[in-house]
Amino acid sequence: MNIDGVNTGYVIDHIKAGTGLEIYNFLKLDKADCTVAIIQRVESTKYGYKDIIKIDGDIPIDCNTLGYMDENITVNRIKDRKLLEKIHLELPEVLTNVIRCRNPRCITSVEEGIEHRFRLADRETRKYRCVYCDTLHTDFQ
Amino acid sequence: MGDHRNLINITDLSAAEIDHLIEIADDIIADPVKYQDMCAHKKLATLFFEPSTRTRLSFTAAMMELGGNVLGFDQASSSSTSKGESVADTIVMASCYADIIAMRHPKEGAPFVGAQYASVPVINAGDGGHFHPTQTLTDLMTIHRKKGSLGGYTIGMCGDLKFGRTVHSLINALLRYDDIKYVMISPEELELPDYIKDTLDEAGVEWKEVRSLDEAIPELDILYMTRVQRERFFNEEDYIRLKDSFILRREMLDPAKEDLAILHPLPRVNEIAKDVDDDPRACYFYQALMGKYIRMALILYLLGLK
Repeated sequence: MNIDGVNTGYVIDHIKAGTGLEIYNFLKLDKADCTVAIIQRVESTKYGYKDIIKIDGDIPIDCNTLGYMDENITVNRIKDRKLLEKIHLELPEVLTNVIRCRNPRCITSVEEGIEHRFRLADRETRKYRCVYCDTLHTDFQ
Repeated sequence: MGDHRNLINITDLSAAEIDHLIEIADDIIADPVKYQDMCAHKKLATLFFEPSTRTRLSFTAAMMELGGNVLGFDQASSSSTSKGESVADTIVMASCYADIIAMRHPKEGAPFVGAQYASVPVINAGDGGHFHPTQTLTDLMTIHRKKGSLGGYTIGMCGDLKFGRTVHSLINALLRYDDIKYVMISPEELELPDYIKDTLDEAGVEWKEVRSLDEAIPELDILYMTRVQRERFFNEEDYIRLKDSFILRREMLDPAKEDLAILHPLPRVNEIAKDVDDDPRACYFYQALMGKYIRMALILYLLGLK
């Protein structure tokens, strides 16, 4: 199966197999004014299978939040068909407006217009702490 | 907003700053006249989105003894919150009228939100089951006055150690001081949360859990009693089952040390029997008095007057 290479844009590689569409939706690529391809179940020596998204357009990509969704993803920035940068993602130190605190006693459950902010508490166990009420959140994935 | 200091969590203050506040409070006790006009023409806004007799009265008395004025409300229904106003808007409005704000709110993190919008210092006067730093300052001040030091004793903490925010805050504050042994006295259902136990382990302090007050009393220098609070439970049955778990009675003090100091953040319901009040080791009303002095010191410090 042939899919054209990217002129200027991104190749989002090493996406966990089966979650490409989720990443596509998160990045709101359905609204992107450029060519986008999701390639599913590509054979991978590292992971067995993986998904890939190719974006032929220089649109903003939120690598911070993408790292939270899947820290194994690699974002390849392409310019004029050449690899400009290879970004290895990691869990972000701060998450803003990505998830919401589940503590019903937290001020974020009632106060409108404030950021939903979390700080990374433990990288290994993927624990984040709500900056308002300190509740630990663990099972995001 | 602004470059003022706030007090949201007890750890916002360094150990040196806490020592400084205690020094000021000691000086206020020694010479109250010197301080009686220090906050003249200053206003404290007490924004209490849930009722609290002791904390609000203590802040009010503190500001009045400094010669300042107090304005505010003591329940959400008296504020524009009942009309749907946000915490952020209420705080911005209060900043226009007051030089310093003491805020209590049932939602955890509300004073932190307030502090981000305020143009004057914000003091967290309790946010749900989360933080209550001025209670911790009160506890530290009482320990200092009764023991002459903030380290070098065995402290027992009894009652609701799971939801008891005063206990969690006090532990975090005491971990900065040396040579303290901790005895945690609670039923299994109300024992310390794991993350606080981890903190104790990481700090390398000596601590243990016991299931009976009688067993712990003889070795204690300080006994910190707490109330099992109905509002911290989602389930009424759990509250009823556990509320009378640990009650201190006069006869239980027979094997206790002569200089034991019994503390309680108050209000007390039935966890300390009335006949304990006459025992010289009962310090909980003295503690309430210390709460006023340390809040006076805090107001002066946050206003940059001391």
